[in-house]
Amino acid sequence: MSEAPSASTATFVNIGERTNVTGSAAFKKLIINGDFPAAVEVARQQVENGAQIIDVNMDEGLLDSRSAMRTFLRLIAAEPDIARTPIMIDSSKWEVIEEGLKNAQGKCIVNSISMKEGEAQFIDQARQTLSYGAAVVVMAFDEQGQAETAARKFEIARRAYDILVDQVGFPPEDIIFDPNIFAVATGIEEHNNYAVEFFEGVRLIKQNLPHARTSGGLSNVSFSFRGNEPVRRAMHSVFLYHGVRAGLDMAIVNAGQLDIYDNIDPELRELVEDVILNRRADSTERLLDIAERYRGQKGAEKERDLAWRDEPVAERLSHALVHGVTEFIVEDTEEARKTFDKPLEVIEGPLMAGMNRVGDLFGAGKMFLPQVVKSARVMKQAVAHLIPYLEEEKRRTGVAQKSNGKVVLATVKGDVHDIGKNIVGVVLQCNGYDVVDLGVMTACDTILDTAVSEKADMVGLSGLITPSLDEMVHVASEMERRGMDLPLLIGGATTSPAHTAIKIEPMFSRAPVVHVLDASRAVGVVSGLMGETTRETMWNETRQRYARMREARAGHAAKARMPLDEARARRFAPDWAGYTPPRPSFIGVRTIDDFDLATLARYIDWSPYFASWDLAGRYPAILEDDVVGEAARSLWKDTQSMLQRMIGENWLRPSGVVGFWPANSDGDDIVVYSDDARTAERARLFCLRQQMDKGSDAAQYALADFVAPMGAGADHVGAFAVTTGWGEAERSEAFTRANDDYSAIMVKALADRFAEAFAEALHERVRRELWGYAPGEALSSEQLIEETYRGIRPAPGYPAQPDHTEKQTIFDLLEATERTGMELTSSFAMTPAASVSGLYLSHPGAVYFGVGRISSDQVEDYARRKGWSIDEAERWLRPILNT
Amino acid sequence: MTRTDRIAALKAAAKERILILDGSWGVMIQRRGLDESDYRGERFADHPGQMKGNNDILCLTRPDIVSDLHDQYFGAGADISETNTFSATTIAQDDYKLDAAAVRDINLEGAKLARAAADRWTAKEPHKPRFAAGSIGPLNKMLSMSSDVNDPGARSVDFDEVLAAYREQVQALNEGGVDLYLIETITDTLNCKAALKAIKDLEAEGMDELPIWISGTITDRSGRTLSGQTVEAFWNSVRHAKPFAVGFNCALGADLMRPHIAEMARIADTLVAAYPNAGLPNAFGQYDEEPHETSHALEGWAKAGLVNILGGCCGTTPDHIRHVADAVKGFKPRVPSVRPKALRLSGLEAFELS
Repeated sequence: MSEAPSASTATFVNIGERTNVTGSAAFKKLIINGDFPAAVEVARQQVENGAQIIDVNMDEGLLDSRSAMRTFLRLIAAEPDIARTPIMIDSSKWEVIEEGLKNAQGKCIVNSISMKEGEAQFIDQARQTLSYGAAVVVMAFDEQGQAETAARKFEIARRAYDILVDQVGFPPEDIIFDPNIFAVATGIEEHNNYAVEFFEGVRLIKQNLPHARTSGGLSNVSFSFRGNEPVRRAMHSVFLYHGVRAGLDMAIVNAGQLDIYDNIDPELRELVEDVILNRRADSTERLLDIAERYRGQKGAEKERDLAWRDEPVAERLSHALVHGVTEFIVEDTEEARKTFDKPLEVIEGPLMAGMNRVGDLFGAGKMFLPQVVKSARVMKQAVAHLIPYLEEEKRRTGVAQKSNGKVVLATVKGDVHDIGKNIVGVVLQCNGYDVVDLGVMTACDTILDTAVSEKADMVGLSGLITPSLDEMVHVASEMERRGMDLPLLIGGATTSPAHTAIKIEPMFSRAPVVHVLDASRAVGVVSGLMGETTRETMWNETRQRYARMREARAGHAAKARMPLDEARARRFAPDWAGYTPPRPSFIGVRTIDDFDLATLARYIDWSPYFASWDLAGRYPAILEDDVVGEAARSLWKDTQSMLQRMIGENWLRPSGVVGFWPANSDGDDIVVYSDDARTAERARLFCLRQQMDKGSDAAQYALADFVAPMGAGADHVGAFAVTTGWGEAERSEAFTRANDDYSAIMVKALADRFAEAFAEALHERVRRELWGYAPGEALSSEQLIEETYRGIRPAPGYPAQPDHTEKQTIFDLLEATERTGMELTSSFAMTPAASVSGLYLSHPGAVYFGVGRISSDQVEDYARRKGWSIDEAERWLRPILNT
Repeated sequence: MTRTDRIAALKAAAKERILILDGSWGVMIQRRGLDESDYRGERFADHPGQMKGNNDILCLTRPDIVSDLHDQYFGAGADISETNTFSATTIAQDDYKLDAAAVRDINLEGAKLARAAADRWTAKEPHKPRFAAGSIGPLNKMLSMSSDVNDPGARSVDFDEVLAAYREQVQALNEGGVDLYLIETITDTLNCKAALKAIKDLEAEGMDELPIWISGTITDRSGRTLSGQTVEAFWNSVRHAKPFAVGFNCALGADLMRPHIAEMARIADTLVAAYPNAGLPNAFGQYDEEPHETSHALEGWAKAGLVNILGGCCGTTPDHIRHVADAVKGFKPRVPSVRPKALRLSGLEAFELS
């Protein structure tokens, strides 16, 4: 399957301005000092923070700008995660632009050319631009100077457009006009209308010049408020808001400095809007008067403002929903109930209006998942307050609340992971859908019987471990067999559009099968499937897309694999003769019950925690992220306060077990002995070997390679199983009962993090004491996360050993169920869900690797070793079969 | 026929049927078992260094072999045959220490040989006119890739040098009478953009305008060019040249190339062309795919309406081309896709403002 990403599309483009020496003092300093590696990092951050195009400008008197442009573009060409985005080559000097064009393979934007020096030069530079294959920004600038009025802006744009399209043959869709953003509120009266003229110019260009685009450099507009960031930010947001409505397509911005228009302090916004839209003669003075009050504020970190409490009740409900404030929700709901005739009208009126705003902001990328989940908590508590009145009303009149539709959600049989599914449930509920959540480990019949008895409109399946994929295929085929015609939604970390297209959709023909990439897509998919016409469109569209994916897949032969014999001959083979394996401090099994949550909290890797809330980025940088930073900070604050309670009140009880045994490898197996005599085989750990051809110098790994072969030394293996799941269910269920899904999901996500932290902390103790081969090791938590230490702790079900069934051997060796209460499901998922288990291998050459796809010779060999039939082997190894 | 007539005939033929390009030259030349003296001829008898392996020089030293190969491929049913000038630039021929005059002569004579062969076959079979495509290869030096593992910014050549080298080649091919240019086996889009700029610059100076065929190379299953672009990013980077055709050749056999050609067929508002290798090479670097296997795969593409021009790259022979030509004879050519106008940019990946 081709993994090349498809084109990203956008309707408004943020062009990153920080790789611009005229826009960023920090970047300028790096370039002048020749610190190009750090300058490359600036570009990377911009892309990571969501810049869709990066503006590169080297116009600085102290620099050889051509050479700096060349060097920088060549360096970022070597960084795939930067080079994936298009580049805007920005200079006032044509020779610098041309140097940029000579060093970028993609299709760039030239910024800019104009008729400042007359038509001849303009035409020449446009032809050159076209011959290099770039799009172009044209400034509203001609022989007479820069255009200030809308009429002049448009006149210049039209003249340039006609020349470009008719004389040069420039594609109109590749022309971008910059109608000049000038500073307003400068104290000079003629400047007051500059923004209005800009918007009008944009409007005229978009209406009259087909396919042409518009852009501008945003920071100019607020130039007269240099040093007063809160006011500048408000001006930028207000300007963009009106610009986009006029038809502005893109702007060079610092996305981190953009506030949500709706969130600007209303008083400030009003005054800024007066200035931008030139609504009053005294607007500049009025803004200056209050500007000082805002100077030095950090925007989001404002003091708690309760002014919204003075608004009418409908506004207060809306505010509480958008901002996720539960504090006053019961009293406000009660007040609203008294003003309406029927309690239902409170839900259908102000509450739904508020939730619609949340939905719109979420859809527009102005709110993120944790905030939406918090909004849902507010909604649930409001509804909970109304329920007794609703039931009373229903008894009296027989009219019930309308629903947008009903969805049955379940984590499939054998799987216990449900954080993502719960988030989907919450998001659907706050969009007016009824959700029947069957929880985890739900048998196929239960799911389908419930769908029938509840008269559901669709079924959603979730799963995290690979065996769940097969279970989903089974559910789909059962739906076909039973003749059901409900749409089937597929989601969860292990699922994919490709698997859905190739394995699931062909099993079920009566209704749409749709893969839902993440929780943020759920509402779009469900509402699309609920509408009669949209359902057909969506069905056709996904059916065709999946058919194409199947065809693309069929066009591929199996990947080239190396025969197993040859892969074995190329095993990782260190010099065992010159190596003395370290001896663990004990042989056998020990229960571990002395780690407390406070200790474990120091080992938490927080980045995956944010990912579980659909917030992408690395901790701690994510807290300052331009796009999701605000949502991340708010989540972080709530998380820290729950973490304190969790630790202080011992919500979770960490429980674990660790063991060590004499062991040697035997081919691709690791033989575990009962005792030091190494005569009686206690157990056998089966390993899988890489069969992709890694070239003559590289080893084809199997985990067994990291253990000394029989006769080559007295080696050992270790194993562990840890859980922090005891206590989690009680807490999360209590929160759910209290209509607080936000906290319920947070408990689960934190328990997961604690389990990983437990595994990390125990591994450190193993290295330093229990196995003791690295007694002096002292690593920071960053180094632990980077895994710079010796030895590995591979877990079954992960890339180095994709076979989940190996967990059974580990559990048996460790007596894990007896000692910790942990159990394995029919699909070999661990319960409680917040659990980790794996092996310990100590050889200095041991590394994490991915087995990748294996061919039939290894499947047959593995089946023989495990005592399986070929069918059984293929079932458990399906995700890595080379077909 | 004048060249203007021939270009019109080429465009008319492309509307009616799937056109056929010739196959590999390397394999066919190899089979001749030529020795050093064949390569040198009289002109380069005393030239320093080895000349054996420089297939392009045969345009000057063994024109009989070059003409014979054009004849074999036209005889097998090819509509278009390529000049034997894949490496005929001053940069690539620097390996053999050839000067600019010799390189120019290779292109000029190569074009004349292809021209003469095409004209012979057109005279013989007027209902099926034949065309000569000027082969412009990728160079052995890349503009987007570092030449030094320790310095990601290092380059062994710069844009202006590549532009100048291609400019000389384009000029000589045009003068020698080719009907179209075939910029092929593109591993680095920036090199290709230099070749396109060379053509556009010369045309702006008054040289005859000829159709351009752009053929990239997807090097492995990742679906990207060697310089890292996706199919759509590559297309966005070269579309400004308004090519007559675009597609892929080399590196992959038909089975592995298909999804990438399907993707190009989805997005390109021009003809789509493909000439895959005869499968993947075996352990000895030889291609085992039989003519009927190649033609069977390509017939499937024709049936699915994915292509307008088909041919063969490494390992294919006149027999392969004969099978392909027969297999796709009855199928309608693909209709170029129509997409709404939009600002489409690219880095390594494509970006669209819709």
